[in-house]
Amino acid sequence: MPAELEQISIDIKQLIATYGKERNALMPILHELEKKYHQIPDHAMQVIADMMGIHAVEVQDVVTFFHFYNMEQKGTFIIRMCKDMPCQMQEAKKLADQLEQKLGIKFGETTADGKFTLEWTSCIGMCDQGPAMLINEQPYTKVKPEEVSNILEKYRKENK
Amino acid sequence: MSNNEITLTIDDQKVTVPYGTTILKAAEKLGIKIPTLCFHEDLCISGACRMCVVEIEGFRTLQASCAYPITAPIVVRTSSPKITRARKNILGLILSDHYGDCYTCKKNMNCELQTLSKDYGIDAFCFGRKSKPEKETSKELKFGDNIDWPIQYDPEKCILCERCVRACTGYYMDNGVLGVSERSNNSKISTFKDFPLSRVNCINCGQCVTHCPTGALTERDDRAVVWKALTDPTKHVVIQTAPAPRAGIGECFGVEPGHSFTFEMNTALRCCGFDKVFDTNFSADLTIMEEGTELLIRLYKALVEKDASIKLPQFTSCSPGWVKYLEHFYPEFLDCASTAKSPQQMFGAIIKTYYAKLNNIDPKNIVSVALMPCTAKKFECDRPEMRASGFKDVDYGITTREMAQMFTEAGIDLPKMPKSDFDNPFGSATGSGVIFGATGGVMESALRTVIDLVTGEKVEDLYANADIIPVRGFEGVRYAEIPITKVGPVPAILKHLVPDWNWLKGVTLKVAVAHGTANARKVMEDIKAGGKFSECHFVEFMACPGGCLGGGGQPIPTSPQIRAKRAKAIYADDKGLKVRKSYENPAVLEIYEKFLTDGPCGHLSHKLLHTKYVARGKYIK
Amino acid sequence: MIKAINFNNLTFAAINAAEALKSALAKPASQIITEISDSKLRGCGGAGFPAGLKLSLLSKETNTPKYIICNADEGEPGTFKDREILTNYPDLVFAGMAIAAHATGATKGILYLRAEYNYMREHLENVITQYRNKDFDLIIRLGAGAYVCGEETSLIESLEGLRGEPRNRPPFPIQQGFLNQPTGVNNVETFAWITSIISKGAKWFNAVGTEKSFGYKLFSISGDCAKPGVYELPMGTTLAEMLKIAGGEGAKAVQVGGASGQLINAANFNRKLAFEDAPPSGSIMVFGAKRKMLDIAENFLDFFYDESCGQCTPCRKGNPKLLEGIKLLKEGKCSKEYLEQLIDLCETMQTASKCALGQSSPNAFLTIIKDFSEEYALKQ
Repeated sequence: MPAELEQISIDIKQLIATYGKERNALMPILHELEKKYHQIPDHAMQVIADMMGIHAVEVQDVVTFFHFYNMEQKGTFIIRMCKDMPCQMQEAKKLADQLEQKLGIKFGETTADGKFTLEWTSCIGMCDQGPAMLINEQPYTKVKPEEVSNILEKYRKENK
Repeated sequence: MSNNEITLTIDDQKVTVPYGTTILKAAEKLGIKIPTLCFHEDLCISGACRMCVVEIEGFRTLQASCAYPITAPIVVRTSSPKITRARKNILGLILSDHYGDCYTCKKNMNCELQTLSKDYGIDAFCFGRKSKPEKETSKELKFGDNIDWPIQYDPEKCILCERCVRACTGYYMDNGVLGVSERSNNSKISTFKDFPLSRVNCINCGQCVTHCPTGALTERDDRAVVWKALTDPTKHVVIQTAPAPRAGIGECFGVEPGHSFTFEMNTALRCCGFDKVFDTNFSADLTIMEEGTELLIRLYKALVEKDASIKLPQFTSCSPGWVKYLEHFYPEFLDCASTAKSPQQMFGAIIKTYYAKLNNIDPKNIVSVALMPCTAKKFECDRPEMRASGFKDVDYGITTREMAQMFTEAGIDLPKMPKSDFDNPFGSATGSGVIFGATGGVMESALRTVIDLVTGEKVEDLYANADIIPVRGFEGVRYAEIPITKVGPVPAILKHLVPDWNWLKGVTLKVAVAHGTANARKVMEDIKAGGKFSECHFVEFMACPGGCLGGGGQPIPTSPQIRAKRAKAIYADDKGLKVRKSYENPAVLEIYEKFLTDGPCGHLSHKLLHTKYVARGKYIK
Repeated sequence: MIKAINFNNLTFAAINAAEALKSALAKPASQIITEISDSKLRGCGGAGFPAGLKLSLLSKETNTPKYIICNADEGEPGTFKDREILTNYPDLVFAGMAIAAHATGATKGILYLRAEYNYMREHLENVITQYRNKDFDLIIRLGAGAYVCGEETSLIESLEGLRGEPRNRPPFPIQQGFLNQPTGVNNVETFAWITSIISKGAKWFNAVGTEKSFGYKLFSISGDCAKPGVYELPMGTTLAEMLKIAGGEGAKAVQVGGASGQLINAANFNRKLAFEDAPPSGSIMVFGAKRKMLDIAENFLDFFYDESCGQCTPCRKGNPKLLEGIKLLKEGKCSKEYLEQLIDLCETMQTASKCALGQSSPNAFLTIIKDFSEEYALKQ
């Protein structure tokens, strides 16, 4: 087995040791895998299924249901902009346009260097401080279009 | 709860039911039929389609009657203007996304969506209608694309009832091929990575097809190639018919389940142009001889020669769905599987060798067709190792449904056809062959022969009328013990294999029967863990619920009640037949005399009638 | 660090959670249930189920182990009160869970935290250690971006490692919940009030409110107002009063209870925030005069279309039809007949959908069609 698949198997064995091999350990295991690999690899779904005594397609059912898990590789940093009404009322569109421009991609796409994915997301609970967005787990609120460059620069420098 | 029954009111009528009964079932008791789409007797309750909604007094929202358990004396209304409008709106919503004309659909006149549209007087597409399919082209083949596989999927006809998903992994089956991915209106029935069925662990059992209410899941249609052969004057087209289709095909002609049309079918087939009509019971009996002998040899080697390499229990191998399941999920146990082919495939090999020679026909001009209750048989006859005759042993497997369609096209009203017998040299219907169609039938056939041949006595002395009841029935896993207290002489046909039966005296034969791969899994896990079933000598596995009579190629709809009626027909046929034990089948005895002269499991038998398996594993690449 | 802008001193700031828990553990379970019942506290997540009754029902279940689940999957657009509580007063929440466990005989607790709030996880994991012990196994589990998992049975399904699709009810979680065990699910704020009531007494809580809705409630106010933020208001506060406090006078309409709540036009701002009147679940979005109502309806329906689990036909297929209908209305291409068809569809969705998402997604659409007819024109 290629080394990267082997590593995935090792990771999952460790996660099963932490969270258990019952099906109700699935969500925390998927969360950790997503964090490390920025996706849920196919091999991972099969290994998890095998260890839990369920089928790979049943793991896929859950992975594809939740927006924060992905089967395709996403960027190291996922920028999720809130698309709901209170944020939209705080001129979220201007921020959205600026993000698209500075990243050179449209919403739903990932930059060619694999660093950033840009997505819309549902209300993230920052309605009093819109427009708001998440970059991975970090919330940014009351974001002005002119702040975008600095924010992105900070992440471009990171070597995660 | 002191009283475990509740009396409730449905449509102004009172009915008393056990605590926890659903409203749907309670209404049934009153003869009130509530419309459903996602509900199915065989499957766990979903409550998703919302067609079965009813009003309960005091509730603001409508409740799904298929899922609502009665725990209080509620007052229910199953029909009202509000409910009717809800059902019409739901149908309108489904139809707005349903692409395809009924005229060209395989399920025309047997589609639950079509029936409900008529029942609810749908006369307009109130939410619009899809004018073209949503085919997104991608370079790689994916689930839903047109590929050559026994099971076909058309996503445009899918109503997301998820019956196929629950059929594939649920009470009876544990195949794990189908799931639901994405959410909201992007939800779709998917395979792992949306790979085509040929790339995932699909065993071709066809339960998804028999549980699909519309034309989304159907079988690959092989009628055209069979018609082509039938109208080709250079071809000698023969067909073998299996017991389960004979017990089920009447349903395609509006007859109540539970009537066999074996002999009417022979006439109908000849009308269609088949040159010869053979009875698969012959090769079922042949399978018993081969597999029974194989079992006795294994027992001898294990118990007398103490050969540790012998694998027990021996598993039956005539269900191609079960075989593929074993190859994917428990490949380490492939050595347990009997090497005997299925009756269909044994017959195929015999037809293109023995029969061809006997009648001076060039086997390359023989087109061998099999009428089976099974979609997996289409895969089986295509297996590369099934060419023992030097040609493709069985050319085409046709399902009960396809056959009924062919009859209709040929203007044949099957129930009205005169009866006629099967063609020789393969003889006619035996009880031991007929019961192969029911779960437990292979086991019972095997036991009837083994008990007679080993004990020297008649199995009727142990089990009245040779009806081995302990292995019959619909319980998922059945177990029986048969103590061998007496032994008799070794019959001539087996004399070259064992000197005597003394080594079996005092042995208790332990057997088990499982139907549905979910039950197969239970038995396999028990065997893995060294449990009760690991000590069995012989286990019969059938992929489909009820055995072949519930196969993926049988008439739609299916239900536990329908399968019970088909089983009754099969066992009634068995009772009425003269020959009920495989070793007494004259056609079988003749072939060992004239052709397979080195006897069961001999050299020629191994070449033509035995096979090998493929360790496929369950990892999907 | 996210700083909330609040213009009231929230009651929570003055409660000593550890003390409240200590005093609760010294009382018999039945006394806790009586106190919470007497307070007339109702669930703060939207459904408004009487909190005391829920504790009482759970305590009567004999099948063990029993679970206490805190629903921190706050996802209703316009709602951020739980964010505030979890950020600044997590002690009250965990103490409330422990009090509920004591009252009901539950031995296991789970805080289901939405993935979008994972930034507060580390802090929560620090605080939780004081409230978990050998009698109460308390853990945090994350969601993964699905609003529908705020529905209690969907939440439970997701905890079990399944798709977050609502279950058939009955049976209810109290009888058969997480892993088919008796489970009591409550909103974050409900637990915080439970702790507060144990600390300050039922009489203190039910002294304010209306005849049917008692006590205090947190409201997240946002939109066209000068002072958006989390406010603590007594039940029965009118919308006009609320708008004055938040600086939202002159609003054209207010969406109360989130996208799945009620849209109330200016003529009705004398309505009260109470269970018997305007739904007091906690989200208030203020729409100023220049807002176009069809845009708002479109935004809400787009949200429901995204977040529907997809299980039941009315919601899965109905939301896209309503969304399409809004677009037709905006373009002036919707006929009177088709609008009537859509309104009929709304009634079907409201009564036949499997869960509250599908049952309430048509609400805003219906209100806008009825109360703001001047903002659209039908095709002639």
